[in-house]
Amino acid sequence: MDPKPATYEPPPLIAPGHSFASVTDKIAAIVLSGRQPMGWFIGVTIGFAITMVLMGALTYLLIKGTGIWGINIPVGWGFAIINFVWWIGIGHAGTLISAILLLLKQGWRTSINRFAEAMTLFAVMCAGVFPLIHTGRPWLAAYWLFPYPSSMSIWPQFRSPLIWDVFAVSTYFTVSLLFWYVGLIPDLATLRDRAKRRSLQIIYGVFALGWRGSVKHWDRYEQAYLLLAGLATPLVLSVHTVVSFDFAIGIVPGWHTTIFPPYFVAGAIYDGFAMVLTLAIPLRWMYGLQDFITLRHLENMAKVTLVTGLIVGYGYLMEAFFGWYSANTYEGFMIWNRMTGPYWPMYWVLVFCNIITPQWLWFRRVRTTPGLLFCVAMVVNIGMWLERFVIVVTSLHRDFLPSAWGMYHGTIWDWATFIGTLGLFVTLFFLFIRVLPMISIFEMRTLVPEAKVQGAEGH
Amino acid sequence: MSASLALAGVGACTKQPPEKIIPYVRQPEDLVPGKPLFFATALPFAGVAAPVLVERHEGRPTKVEGNPQHPASLGATDAFAQADVLTLYDPDRAQTVMYRGEVRGWGDFLTASRSVLAIQKTKQGSGLRFLTETITSPTVGEQLQLLQKDFPRAKWHQWDPITRDAARAAARQSAGHAADAVYHFDQADVVVSLDADFLTVGPGHVRYTKDFSARRRVTDDKKDMNRLYVVESTPTLTGAKADHRLALKGADVEGFARALASALGAGGGAAATTASAESAKWAPAIAKELQASRGKSLVVAGDYQPASVHALAHAMNQTLGNVGTTVTYAPTIEVNPTDQVSSLRDLVQAMDAGQVEVLVIVGGNPLFTAPADFRFQDRLAKVPLAVHHSLYYDETSAYCHWNLPMAHALESWGDARAYDGTVTIVQPLIAPLYEGRTMHELFAAFIDAQNGKSGHDLVKDYWTRAHGGKVAGWTIHDTAGAPFKSADSFWKHVLHDGWIPGTAAADGGGRMTDGGKAGDASANRQPASTIQQPSSAIHQLSSVIPAASGASGGLEIIFRPDPHIWDGRFANNGWLQELPKPITKVTWDPTAWVSPRLAEQRGLNEGDLIELRYRGNAAQLPVVIVPGQPDGSVTVFLGYGRRRTGRVGSAVTGESQAFDVYKLRSSDALWFGDGLEIAKAGGKYVLARTQEHHLMEAPRSLSIVPEWEYNGYKWGMAIDLSSCTGCATCTIACVAENNIPVVGKDEVHKGRDMHWIRVDHYFAGDLENPEMYHQPVPCMQCENAPCELVCPVGATVHSSEGLNDMVYNRCVGTRYCSNNCPYKVRRFNFLLYSDWDTKSLYPLRNPDVTIRSRGVMEKCTYCVQRINAARIESEKQDRRIQDGEVVPACAAACPADAIVFGDLNDPKSRVNTLKAQQREYGLLEELNTRPRTSYLAALRNPNPELESSRGASTTEH
Repeated sequence: MDPKPATYEPPPLIAPGHSFASVTDKIAAIVLSGRQPMGWFIGVTIGFAITMVLMGALTYLLIKGTGIWGINIPVGWGFAIINFVWWIGIGHAGTLISAILLLLKQGWRTSINRFAEAMTLFAVMCAGVFPLIHTGRPWLAAYWLFPYPSSMSIWPQFRSPLIWDVFAVSTYFTVSLLFWYVGLIPDLATLRDRAKRRSLQIIYGVFALGWRGSVKHWDRYEQAYLLLAGLATPLVLSVHTVVSFDFAIGIVPGWHTTIFPPYFVAGAIYDGFAMVLTLAIPLRWMYGLQDFITLRHLENMAKVTLVTGLIVGYGYLMEAFFGWYSANTYEGFMIWNRMTGPYWPMYWVLVFCNIITPQWLWFRRVRTTPGLLFCVAMVVNIGMWLERFVIVVTSLHRDFLPSAWGMYHGTIWDWATFIGTLGLFVTLFFLFIRVLPMISIFEMRTLVPEAKVQGAEGH
Repeated sequence: MSASLALAGVGACTKQPPEKIIPYVRQPEDLVPGKPLFFATALPFAGVAAPVLVERHEGRPTKVEGNPQHPASLGATDAFAQADVLTLYDPDRAQTVMYRGEVRGWGDFLTASRSVLAIQKTKQGSGLRFLTETITSPTVGEQLQLLQKDFPRAKWHQWDPITRDAARAAARQSAGHAADAVYHFDQADVVVSLDADFLTVGPGHVRYTKDFSARRRVTDDKKDMNRLYVVESTPTLTGAKADHRLALKGADVEGFARALASALGAGGGAAATTASAESAKWAPAIAKELQASRGKSLVVAGDYQPASVHALAHAMNQTLGNVGTTVTYAPTIEVNPTDQVSSLRDLVQAMDAGQVEVLVIVGGNPLFTAPADFRFQDRLAKVPLAVHHSLYYDETSAYCHWNLPMAHALESWGDARAYDGTVTIVQPLIAPLYEGRTMHELFAAFIDAQNGKSGHDLVKDYWTRAHGGKVAGWTIHDTAGAPFKSADSFWKHVLHDGWIPGTAAADGGGRMTDGGKAGDASANRQPASTIQQPSSAIHQLSSVIPAASGASGGLEIIFRPDPHIWDGRFANNGWLQELPKPITKVTWDPTAWVSPRLAEQRGLNEGDLIELRYRGNAAQLPVVIVPGQPDGSVTVFLGYGRRRTGRVGSAVTGESQAFDVYKLRSSDALWFGDGLEIAKAGGKYVLARTQEHHLMEAPRSLSIVPEWEYNGYKWGMAIDLSSCTGCATCTIACVAENNIPVVGKDEVHKGRDMHWIRVDHYFAGDLENPEMYHQPVPCMQCENAPCELVCPVGATVHSSEGLNDMVYNRCVGTRYCSNNCPYKVRRFNFLLYSDWDTKSLYPLRNPDVTIRSRGVMEKCTYCVQRINAARIESEKQDRRIQDGEVVPACAAACPADAIVFGDLNDPKSRVNTLKAQQREYGLLEELNTRPRTSYLAALRNPNPELESSRGASTTEH
């Protein structure tokens, strides 16, 4: 690679030659032309088929009970909780891109924020399936975990982190949904105006909430959007902090640790960015969006991934260090058991995925080669799933009394449910790119040279 | 014509059976709906009475407790007695009379038998044979005597696969007449066990556990403790309690016994040279100690050792002056003590010779359990008419013409004697659920004088006569020693207490008619033995020594009854199947035990299927590596591999048919023999174990919140690990009390067993000769409970009396409480485990305890239903609940009195006394959970002389 860092000019945020019109045409056409690439049909078909697997698995679960999974005593939580934490974590990148990068005025967020936010919503939906279905009696858990005015004056038990989780996740979903929707309004109006069919005009018109693009509208929009960004920003930190409390509040060695909140948040962003890359790289290729999602975007996301990956690596290191330094028998055994116990392959594959693999991102060649980047992102996705597996399962399977130790293996139903949510995610995502602009049209327009010529500040 | 048509029409309709519900117009005396009644009865096991009280709710027995007044129980039971109530309701029991597979009635059988008996009568019954299990019922004894009057040439054989022939023969030789040795462990300072598992098997083991642990219990004030030496060929729970344990091959125990005897000057001389180096060191040390406690020591020989070892043990006790103090010889409790192997051999020879025309098999399953060399199945086929009276339609039933359902003990009138001779009355708690009849009733059908008499009449008649002095041998008096007022008062008294005072052997009960001197079996005390004895009565002691030494080379095979399935009879009992077996904690399957060294030599891993070849026969078993197993021996367990059993027994399929090790067992090597070859059969067998890790783990109040004050009651429990033998009776008592479901092998294997109290087992020290410890673990009812904090719906909360309550109705099943429980005592209904489909099991359930549904967490409640029952009683009388008034099911059943429960606010309560001991500690106390269940540390009392050598060999665990 050429050693010319001083003169390195990052690739532009939008390829040269675009105008207001070309941007609007290109993005709106994906939705309105009705023509979809073959990849879309294949993707939606596979996604839908796998979603049906999820439906089947859930139906069987409701008929038989959680015993169809591999959970037992001592390992009372398994795939359901692992998947929940994994999905919630993935959601974080979307919020981070749209809210924090907005507040930090990072222009490069513009072309990826829309679908990253959609990813957040769908990931939280997938995550939301699990806390409910993992309970023994979901028909009761569905409302007993909420503080409703029961005639028996029974409230949830507010000391339990699971209750905090209910609030954290539902707040997160609500704010993410509002943020995403508010951001969509100007584009919905664009689609309304460009749609040829009456029915589409009505549908987009209703959701555009009467947007006319007046200065007043823009002013209020900017204020609302900024407020929501401010509201969403602490959520990026708080949601996974609360999720980490599900473990940190427990007394199980390997759970009961103060490093969990920052370590979980970093892990979430790490995994979230990996997932954004996993989605963005095939999308830009499939829809020919290389002009809008440029190598600059990919490189920036790779850098965030690298940094958060290093934080996560630090977390692992500290976990191992304190296992030894605390001189606590159970903590020491816990880390030893992770490394050498029956689940040792999980731990070492996790180290490979989450610590070794992201080191490739130090190289610009890797960061700017979509194929390689995609591979690294995929490995990180797997690694972060394994991390949750290691935390949930290896901590529980051997805790205090050797007589009560056990083993856990996911059953076919565990896998069906997990893969099923992947299907649900894919399906929702493909439906999203079919009916809504996957890149923010009006924000992209601020990036074209025309916007600058007119003396605007961008936004 | 029209009338007949109308009738035909009526007949053709299958009328819905009327289901009337009728309230009590006149309430039966003492019956208050919702309040259980307790009745004293007995559950015969291997012929010997296990005295019990049975809890009955609105006419249905639900729970078995020990009979606290009965000397053989003192309130405790064993696991078999606890599980018997499940057998009662077993839907797979034999339900109807069958003839060649077709349903008949008892009337058909009686008609058929009458014609057959008429023919036999003309031949004086020469073709008539009875085969029973061991019988101690005096009523049946008299019946067999009457039978002999009617059929003078009929013969009676006995076979119990877990036969005590050697003990029988040796006791007869030592005492000069048919006798039983009765031990008094509470008097013994030093106990030497020669392969005797006296804490878990054999007559009297419940009482022996009580006595042994009473003598062993150490308090801060009373520090002396008995010492137990165990020389054994298979690790047992008795061995686990030993202060010194020596693992020897089954055949080497005799050598050790001889060495010890010669060191004591009690004979045994010549063979002392065969003693190993280890036993050479042991024998003098033990002998020295035995000498030092003359009259207060005890040598016990195991039922699985030959008569010669028993004889040596008797001789040693004699020399040590123990006879009369720690061991007494009482006239045998058996109606007709006989060498059962010879008895069965005579029968099969007669069957082979075509001399048996009518064979009546009463109880047992000889086709499955007979020694392989008897080829019972082939020979049974030669019998023109075979009748099987049995609780189940089993392997033997399938080869018999008539199958007669036997009534369960809880449906029966009967009698049996306890280990010490006390006659214990069996009274029914419920009318027979099916068409079962008792053994008494069956024999009555063959006897002219008794024809048609009910079981009640037979038993009552016999004992009323015995009370009136009309049956020889009984001196009946009330507990104070005075005679009863009347026959009526006697009978009422007996039914109330469940046993007849004055009938214990020590009281002279069942004395021999000739004054207790005769050594000849035919002149034995009880009337029954006048039925002609099989010709080959008792072997000379020398010939009882296993002849297996001929087939030398290879390994030694050791046969043992399965600890919970016994000889195979409990195969269909889910509670016993799922009860983790001692030491290995395997459920649902038999295993072959090998030592770690043998496993290493042969490259065996746990769960490997091995083929065992012995004397031309083969069986397969999965291997378990058991530290403490002698290197040259493989122990196998009888009872599995059943071919015909119910839905539970056949739940484990696959290779299980090959698990039948009766196929390897021959009449001359019933318990051990050399010449076993083992080879890997290929493949692994999945074993469902509730505990995989058996090594010991290496590892006070901190609160900023003010302590909660318990002003009322404050419940707590203490468990003495020095007393606990690990017998798991607590577990099964808890299953019975708390409606705990059976989940099956697959679920146990997944780690979903539901037992609320488990018995953990640990090895410590050298794995060649480890120490073993047991620890029952119920819910600790932590004061600072980690489970309560994390439940999102508040389904587990602390009660005002300190209990950690589980609110089933509120539980949504997040399982967080279980994850956060450091003791892992919580149990989750992952699936619908409670059996809602089997109607016959409905009446089994304890109405005071909720049946849990799917998706709900459950755990030990300290038997809160019992606390509340006591509370109601105490509030009615306007007083506090007194100490000892609430006894949880586990504590009630415990034969070692290891579990004590009570009110911590009562300074004088037993539990407070125990908790004040220095050895008290809380499990994982360092987590600041502040457990309410605490333990008293296990103590050992090693002999310093042997300990020094042992310490050197102790290695890192």
